[in-house]
This record gives sequence, C-alpha cells and structure tokens, in this order.
Amino acid sequence: MDTSQDILQQASPDLVRGSDTARPAKAARLSPSFVSWLQAGPMMLVFLAFFLIPLVFVVIVSFWDYNEYQLLPAFSGRGYTDTFEGCIAQLPDLCTIAKTYLKTLKLCFLVWAITLFIGFWVAYFLAFHVKSKTWQMGLSLLCTIPFWTSNVIRMIAWIPLLGRNGLVNSGLMKTGLINQPVEWLLFSEFSVVLALVHLFTFFMVVPIFNSMIRIDKSLIEAAYDAGATGFQTLVNVVVPLAKPGIVIGSIFVITIVMGDFITIGVMGGQQIAAAGKIIETRVNALQFPAAAANAVILLVITFLIITMMSRIVDIKKEL
Amino acid sequence: MTETTKKTGVSRRTLLKGTAGLAGLAAGSGAITGFPYVMSAEPKVLRYLGTAVNEGDDISKQCLKDTGIKIEYITATTDDVTKRVMTQPNSFDVLDTEYFSLKKLVPSGNILALDAKKIKEFDNITPVFTKGETPGGKKIGGQGTAPWKVLYLEGKDSKTFSKTPTEFVTLIPTVYNADTLGIRPDLIKRPINSWSELLNPEFKGKASILNIPSIGIMDAAMVVEATGKHKYADKGNMTKDEIDLTMKVMTEAKKAGQFRAFWKDFNESVNLMASGETVIQSMWSPAVTKVRSMGIACTFQPLKEGYRSWASGFCVSKGVSGAKLDWAYEFVNWFLSGYAGAYLNRQGYYSAVLSTAKAHMEPYEWAYWMEGKPAEKDIKAPNGSLLEKAGAVRDGGSYEDRMGAVACWNAVMDENDYMVRKWNEFIAA
Repeated sequence: MDTSQDILQQASPDLVRGSDTARPAKAARLSPSFVSWLQAGPMMLVFLAFFLIPLVFVVIVSFWDYNEYQLLPAFSGRGYTDTFEGCIAQLPDLCTIAKTYLKTLKLCFLVWAITLFIGFWVAYFLAFHVKSKTWQMGLSLLCTIPFWTSNVIRMIAWIPLLGRNGLVNSGLMKTGLINQPVEWLLFSEFSVVLALVHLFTFFMVVPIFNSMIRIDKSLIEAAYDAGATGFQTLVNVVVPLAKPGIVIGSIFVITIVMGDFITIGVMGGQQIAAAGKIIETRVNALQFPAAAANAVILLVITFLIITMMSRIVDIKKEL
Repeated sequence: MTETTKKTGVSRRTLLKGTAGLAGLAAGSGAITGFPYVMSAEPKVLRYLGTAVNEGDDISKQCLKDTGIKIEYITATTDDVTKRVMTQPNSFDVLDTEYFSLKKLVPSGNILALDAKKIKEFDNITPVFTKGETPGGKKIGGQGTAPWKVLYLEGKDSKTFSKTPTEFVTLIPTVYNADTLGIRPDLIKRPINSWSELLNPEFKGKASILNIPSIGIMDAAMVVEATGKHKYADKGNMTKDEIDLTMKVMTEAKKAGQFRAFWKDFNESVNLMASGETVIQSMWSPAVTKVRSMGIACTFQPLKEGYRSWASGFCVSKGVSGAKLDWAYEFVNWFLSGYAGAYLNRQGYYSAVLSTAKAHMEPYEWAYWMEGKPAEKDIKAPNGSLLEKAGAVRDGGSYEDRMGAVACWNAVMDENDYMVRKWNEFIAA
C-alpha cells in the first residue's frame, strides 16, 4: 500500500474514496507517494534541523557536568539531582521544583479554562451568528488586536490601569466602593491570568472557529426539526463536532503558558515562580546542563499533558 | 508497510546529505567573510560587544571622526555578554564587560589581556582601580570582586590573577559607579539612612529588589548586615550557611508581603518607582535620573553602610591579532582620552581617567558631577535634555564621598551555583 493512501485512510475514509475517483487523472507522471514526500519534505527538513537535532543536543547536554565557565562533557546527573534537591528531605514541605510546577500548572489550568470559555463563545458567535463571510473575516481580525503592540509595551500598559494609583483603583475609590487601593489587581496571580487570557484567547478562537465553520448547517436544522432545545443541540451536536478545534486550541494555550516566563515575570512582579523562569536563571548563570535538564523536565510534563488530551480526542481521526 | 519504512530510510539519508551540504556551504561562506580586514583598502571596523552603558551613538561617531575606526555595537545584557564570550568568542573584537565576570571569562581562555605599556593613560587611571583608594586617599571597601583583585594577570596567557601589578591587564577600566537604594522622598516623608529600611514593615508592599541573582544577593546582604542579623566576612563570597541565612531573611520578608514586585530591567525599575508602586528599592543611577526627568521626586539615597559598586573595562577577543589588535589599542587609547569619559560623567557614571575627562567638561559640570557642588547652571544630559535645574546638588555628593563610601563590589561567588539554586527557591517561595 502506498504511503499517501495509508495516511489518508487513517485520516478519513471519505477522502480516500475521493482520491480513488480522482486517480486516473493524475496518475500519469509522478507516483503519488513521491509527490507527498516532496510536499512534506521542506517542513521535515525544517523540523529536523531546527527542532529534532537541537532537542537531541539539549537532552545530551542535560546529562553533562559543568563548572563556572564551561561544559564538561562527562556523564553527570547533577542537572537533575540539583533540580530535585530537597524533594524528599524537605517533606512534608514541598521542594522548589514541586512548588514551581504546582504554581505553573495552576496558572495553566486557570488560563486554559478561561480562554476555552471565552474562546468557545467568541467562535460560536462568529460561526453561527455572523452571516456574512466579510464580517466573519473582519471580526476575526479584530481578535488579533492584542498582537499589534509589542509584548513588553502591552504588559507595561497594564500598570497605569491596574496599579495602586491606576485607573481601576481610582475609579473604585471615587465611587466609594473601596477606601484603600486594591493591591491584588497587579503583581498577583490575578494579573498574570488576566494578561495571559488577554494574550492567548485568540489561539483558542481560531481553531474552534475553524471547526465550527465546517459543521454542516443542515445537522443543526435536523436537530431543531427533531425537537432538540438550543442547549441540547449545543451539547450533542456543536460541541462534539468542535472537539478537534477545542483540543488544538487547548494544546496551543497549554504549551505556551507552560513555557512562559516573560508575562508571568512582568505581571507577577517577578515574585511568581515559573518553570521557564528557572531555565532562564540557570542559562544566565551559564549553568547550561542544569538549564537543559529543566527544559527536558518541562518538555516531558507538557508532553504528558498533551498525550492525556489526545487520549480524550483522537485528533488524527477527527481532522 | 515495510516498503514505507524503507522509503523513509532513504529519504532521511538524502535529507541528511542535503543538510550536510548546506552546513558546508555556510561554513565556506563564513571562512570567506572571516578575513576581509587583511586588505588595507577595507575600513577599520571593530565589533564592540557590551552592555548599553558605554554604547552611545555620540561616542562611536566621535571615534570615527577622530580615529577613522568604525565601531559596530553588539548590545546585550550583562549575562548575555558573558554567555556570548563563552559560546561565540569569534563574534566580537573588543569586549566591554564587568570585572566580576572575569572569574568566569579568564579561565575560559576566550579573552586576551591588554598590554599596559601600550595604554597611554594607564598611569593616570584612577587609583580606585589600581590601589583600591580614592584620589584623596580614602580606602575603598574590597568585599566582592573588587577590580584591583582581578586587574592583573601573571603572564600573557596566564589564567591566574596576579596580586602585584604586571603589564598584563585583564580589563582596561572604562566606567564604574556606586549604587544604592532609590527612594521616593515625597511619599516616604522622612529621612532614610540605612539599607535595613528596605525590610522596614512601614514600607510593606512598597519595596522592591532586583531579580538578577548575582547583584540581588549583594543588595540582600547589605540589607541583612544593616539589620544586624549577621556580619559577613565577605558579602561577595558567602559560605553556604551565609547564603541560607540571607535567603531566609529575604524569604520571610517576601512571604510577609514586603515586596511589591522584583525588577529585572532598567525600564521596569523606572516604572515601579514613577508609578508609585514602590517607594524604596534597589536602583541604578540613570534610572533615578530618568524618574526625576519625568518630574517625579526620586533620590539615589546615600546610606550609612555604604554603596555597592560595579566597574567595567575593555579587553579583546582571543581571535584578535595583527592590524586589528593595533586598532583595538588605538580605540582604547581614544576612549580614555577624554571625550568618552566626559560623556559618561555627564550621565552620572564615572570615567576611569579623570584628568582627560575634566578637560572635556565645562567647569560647572565638573563641579556638579564630581565635586558635589550646587549646580551653577542647568545641568544637561549628553543629548541636551535637562537633568537638573541650577542650584541642585548631586545625591551622595562628590566623587570622593561616593566612591570613598563603597562597601562592596558586584561579585561571582565560589558558591555561585548554590546561590543561584537558592535564589530560584526564594522566587518560588
């Protein structure tokens, strides 16, 4: 069996049937398997050169030793043992790495849940309530507004809004709701989650919208004709069919938040630990193997989360 | 299925071949562009790696005018500069870095010491660097990586610092300053005179410290010592117990909500202070100036325990030789000849050769910046913007008073690795 068909069969039996009928027309010169390799080639090359090979190096270096100024290419688990320092000795208190990951996972979960909620409804609105293609396009572009300014400026802009003497606090004080400025608006978990949601909801909207727009409208009409309430249609028709989008959006958001340390740093006033921050500190101190070890740990944990998610939905099958 | 696997194998091999070819091409082109400076027709170009402190456009323009050497700046943070020297020693010619990095840079063998005999003004370099005292004879605190401890090497390619002067100089000094806490006098409304005020519960939720471990730990040590909890033998080279103690004090303060935020870069520190989020924090001199230029009261407060100081200087990459090395000497000599020194002094830093810088400054400027006298006229920044109105006095006073009160220097500790881990723990607490 040739490769292209193999892949296609996995993806969708319908498509393969389609390609069977189309075959006589294009079978003439190049074999389809060669064509698919050619198509996938450039991406594979990029993937190999800029992702897989560097990744292999990271894993190798994570098992090296180091001193103040150089890597020592001798096998050493020091990067890992240092990282998990005190994890058993300090019990029941949590060690640094456990605390850091718990915090990162908590932020990750909150951001994921909120972006999913907002993203789902924005996508729903765009897909089902906006009728014209032009408006759909225009409104989707509006969602990209947070990306029009640089990351740093965008985050600095929160200070005049949420700060001690910022707009929100002075507004609340004027209305008499509070007597003293509310401190937790900025440099807190609240502000971190707010900024991350603001940034990454877009990554949820696009794939969900993409899934929803492909839902056959007649299915919804059929549900309506069969007497389903709006809620029943949503739960039994729209959500299941939008699942691939939801999972892809979730993967985007989770992988970004797990590795983020700049937003968490700036919005958390550098007082909130992040998995990425540990890596940065280590790299800056020229402790590359320790940084690599932490990167490997982060990668494994993120990979586990994504594996769990793809257990829930088989993306390959759904696409 | 087996057929597919085989095909994959073939393509992967082809891919690898392609990649190797590309890599070879890249290496080849690198080799070609690697030595154009041999040709005499080429302009004199030096790639200058450093932090933004010394990298003014005015300086490079003036240098081109005076010497014909074109300076190409490569700007990075202190940590990134060190990283670059370690990992890409051939990507720069002249290095401008801090003395405390030398403990990492010198053993790596990636930098070349300069010959003191070829530096015209070497004997006029301020005794702060050579003897550890001010020109007026005040002894300067030597805790941490004080420049005079790491100024000389035993031999040309030696990796050992010499205790006595030799002609092999690790870094030809360029710029330095004495750092302390910045405060908002309008919000604090009472005199502040000790580092211990950083942890005073009065400023709960309004204090900050910088989140760069190697510098932050020094500020933390100044604070801990000021509170009387511990007296360090050397704040710049703590034992593990001392690191634990320092971080414990800071962690307790953090958990009690003492700190509003930590800052990592210049602009963050300016924002925190200007917006009133913090009223007392570790700060750098130009950041204080920037807050003040926004019309907000901010003082670079002299404290009784003294200042934490830092210093930078020039060396060259190990890959520099021949004509390029001559240009490097020409450039360093030019840098010490006055224009650049005056430029740095006007920003609130200090220049290494005071006499030449003085010749390039107006007497009223010198009196304000260096002698601690009230400004006779408005004080302007090198770019012409107003810094202080006539009558103002520099925080901390004169050069003698400020440099004479230095207690410790930025440092890399022997227990650096442990310290960085503890710092991460502090952030996670």
